[in-house]
Amino acid sequence: MSKAALEKLQAKFGDAVLETHSDCGDDTALVKAESWKEICEYLRKDPQLDFDYLVDLCGVDYPERAAQKQRIEIVLHLCSISKRHRLRLKARVGSGEEEELEGAEIDSVTSIWAGANWFERETYDMFGVTFRGHPDMRRILLYPEFVGHPLLKTYPAQRAQPLIEYRTEEEAGVPLEKQAPFGDDEGMSFPREDYDRDVEDPRTKLNPHKTEAI
Amino acid sequence: MEPLDLELEEGELELPSEPMHLNMGPAHPAMHGTVRCVLELSGETIMKADVQIGYLHRGFEKMCERGTWAQVFPYADRLNYVSPMLNNVGYALAVEKLCGIEVPERCQWYRMALGELARISDHLTCTGAMAMELGAFTPFLWFVKARDMIWDILEEETGARLTHSFGRIGGMAAPPTDAFKELCKGSLERVVTLMEEGESMLLKNRIFLDRLEGIGQISGEEAVALSWTGPCLRASGVPYDVRRAYPYLKYDEVEFDVPVGTNGDNLDRFLVRLQEIRQSRRIIEQVIEKMADDGPINAYAPGVMLPEKHDVYTTIEATIQHFKLVMEGAKVPKGEVYSYTEGGNGELGFYLVSDGSGTPYRVRIRPPCYPIVGGLQKLITGRMLSDIIPTFGSLNMIGGECDH
Repeated sequence: MSKAALEKLQAKFGDAVLETHSDCGDDTALVKAESWKEICEYLRKDPQLDFDYLVDLCGVDYPERAAQKQRIEIVLHLCSISKRHRLRLKARVGSGEEEELEGAEIDSVTSIWAGANWFERETYDMFGVTFRGHPDMRRILLYPEFVGHPLLKTYPAQRAQPLIEYRTEEEAGVPLEKQAPFGDDEGMSFPREDYDRDVEDPRTKLNPHKTEAI
Repeated sequence: MEPLDLELEEGELELPSEPMHLNMGPAHPAMHGTVRCVLELSGETIMKADVQIGYLHRGFEKMCERGTWAQVFPYADRLNYVSPMLNNVGYALAVEKLCGIEVPERCQWYRMALGELARISDHLTCTGAMAMELGAFTPFLWFVKARDMIWDILEEETGARLTHSFGRIGGMAAPPTDAFKELCKGSLERVVTLMEEGESMLLKNRIFLDRLEGIGQISGEEAVALSWTGPCLRASGVPYDVRRAYPYLKYDEVEFDVPVGTNGDNLDRFLVRLQEIRQSRRIIEQVIEKMADDGPINAYAPGVMLPEKHDVYTTIEATIQHFKLVMEGAKVPKGEVYSYTEGGNGELGFYLVSDGSGTPYRVRIRPPCYPIVGGLQKLITGRMLSDIIPTFGSLNMIGGECDH
């Protein structure tokens, strides 16, 4: 049935569907980011497709595609509980070599599936992709002071985050009973260390196991 | 002491009417799991709620991108730490789908039996903890006693009570022990008896029922729109169970019912879980009947499976293979796959992307309780403050998988 979904999608949107495949039995369509919301609405509303259940929404980072403005791949898994078929929808957005992404924006689908809310927040948190029209675009798993987006391949896994300063009484606006117990050294006799070594290729730094065959 | 008949202005006698802000959690004594609810209260009614998670975030997905494919198993254990076997099997099935490996029949039955045992322990924990949070401590002891019997079986089989790391790509770490079938037969009877004893104490308890019935209601359509799955969705009357809708392993060869609720309230979620324990027992009994006593447990897949220990010590080929598998990891074909199983809380999905090397390019987990906790805000807004405890308990949030 979902093969038919792919065909219907291609017939309806034509050029907006860039690529399709069914590897491992998972029907997949890569679509243009501009028609993301339009396609999602169609998949939800069409009575024959009726994708009522949003399974998952996540991102994958491909730094080598940054030049084509296709660095982050947004992956959406859909399922229809009544019709028993599934579909994977993908779109690529964003450029930028390092950790600053440019133009990583896509339409939010929260108005179509309410369950997309937290999944989109998580993708924003982990990759820095902004969802246009999302009601509450905040970090979800990490704290607001976190610097960077950890699931980008360019984010070093060993990086230590800066310490968050305690609030002063002026900032809090009320007398604070608790004061910072230690100074910047956190009461340790040696400072925090960043264990990153300077390796040229960020990929080898991230994947120590990725060595050539012996 | 001041005289009581002080002349006060009329307004001063009234209670303050502006909304009160309350932080519930992240370590609230009556809630299991670290979650913080920022509430805006008017009296005892919740006007606004903001559910904040992430206190147990450990960077699971980032960690997976640094090791080999096989090194993900211990991490997968620690996602849902009350039913780790289901996560193990779920991840193994995902990698096997990508590699195109099918494990032998005996292994499939074995995985099913262990998975259902884990499901029983998951549901027992959830229902027991839910009762305990409402003040009923004794049934919790009954449920935990029953859970301990399950863990005794799992300890006998895997050597660990909680974090087994027992799954392997293409099989299991060890074949079933000789006593496995006997152990299951002996314990399941007692587990269900204990559960029924605890259940009988709760389901006639007026206080318990009053706090569950009609509280935290959600309709089937809303639950589907919120991406709910598992017992919480089925309690709202949607009979969606991955084991039935998309059978994996041998679930199409066993008989079991999918219990559904009618109201979608806390009581239904509680009852659905208890019914599922009975169904899991049915499944295990059938599996024991059908599982062969001998036969291979691991698939023949030299590219991903470690060779026999005996061969490693005696032949150079096996030694080299062992060395390469440990140092470089199994080479998983390039591609992407989404594989889903029925976890303790619902659809547990793994989306894997491989670039053909020994390290995963991306391991994405779809934790079942993540969207469920996402719907908590909707359930509690407009309700009383005390309703949060049973509602949250019935959703069964597991911090490890919810916060990745």
